[in-house]
Amino acid sequence: MTDDLIDRLSHDLEPARGGGVGRRLAVAAGVGGAAAGLGMVLLLGLRPDMPQALETRMFWVKLGYTGALGALGLWAVERLSRPAGDPARRLPWLVLPLAAMAAMAVLQLGFAPSEMRRSLLMGASASVCSWNIALTAVPVFVGLIWAMRGLAPTRLRLAGATAGLAAGGFGAAIYALHCPEVAAPFVAVWYTLGVVTPAAVGALVGPRLLRW
Amino acid sequence: MNSADTSEAELRALMLAGLDGDRAAYRALLGDVRLRLGGYFSRRLSRGSPEAEDLVQDTLMAIHTRRETYDRAQPFLPWAYAIARYKLIDHYRRSGRRISVPLEDAEHQLSVPDESAAVDARRDIERALATLPERTRILVRSLKIEELSVAETAERVGMTDGAVKVAMHRGLKALTARLRGSDPDDR
Repeated sequence: MTDDLIDRLSHDLEPARGGGVGRRLAVAAGVGGAAAGLGMVLLLGLRPDMPQALETRMFWVKLGYTGALGALGLWAVERLSRPAGDPARRLPWLVLPLAAMAAMAVLQLGFAPSEMRRSLLMGASASVCSWNIALTAVPVFVGLIWAMRGLAPTRLRLAGATAGLAAGGFGAAIYALHCPEVAAPFVAVWYTLGVVTPAAVGALVGPRLLRW
Repeated sequence: MNSADTSEAELRALMLAGLDGDRAAYRALLGDVRLRLGGYFSRRLSRGSPEAEDLVQDTLMAIHTRRETYDRAQPFLPWAYAIARYKLIDHYRRSGRRISVPLEDAEHQLSVPDESAAVDARRDIERALATLPERTRILVRSLKIEELSVAETAERVGMTDGAVKVAMHRGLKALTARLRGSDPDDR
């Protein structure tokens, strides 16, 4: 019986295309990101001051911070989607953007006059920011989970959490095209919370959705 | 091809050829892996369990359908055993038994199967040891694993030399029985 199986499998063999795992994940993130971008533009709209925003440093800091979380998360997902794939050399890099953003927030709070601190932290949209980011992350998350179901993750909870984090990072980068907040403490708290939320969801549903 | 004769390097070469569409290499690879998997699962399931062959086939299928997740720069066996281990845990989960595959299994994935037999043997001994009374366990460990003398062991546990020898004799007898899978108290 096992002999028949081996006969059949080797008879059906097709040459594998190169770069399979990385490409599959990148395509999924790209398609998910495009869907998220479209949804964001239609439902929330680009920030009205976009041309001027492109000239500001904080616009690029937000994009860089969230984009780095997304890219580093995806890089670790590439390992976690393979049996015996060890993410230990990739996951720790996530500390860099997190620490840099936290340091920037602390410095800004420290130098600000005390009556300013509350608005640096809360901005005008603290109540919706994290939630909107988590929602923007949904299409990317769905794409990544779909891609990973065709791969072979073996640490399902960690793989789900990391996929959620990557989706959160990209979702936040897309949301940053809508959100006009400019304070570092605001980004460090509410953007990060928006990224961590899909990661937590991923840790919860990973073991169920990623089984193969 | 005898599985003990094929090295990691040869298997990896077969896998790479298989990924490029070489059917003969791929068939040779699966034939070899099949034997290893048979050993892997039958050592971990109850003796003569019919599920071992199902798991071998499941794992071969997964190796085939998910072969693009093999990283060409990495060794082959750890990848294949990681799939086998995943299938084993999944099997335990489905059958509703709360058994976790011990972490030392991860080491096993990195070693070639001939060495894994030694790892398995050690684990079996540890497991059997754990069923012995504590005093006996300390004696067996001290005398047979740390290889101390009877006098040193006697001093350590505060018993006479004679008492150590008698307890040791009983302990080894019980241990042998446990490893054979029967309990001396039943007889």
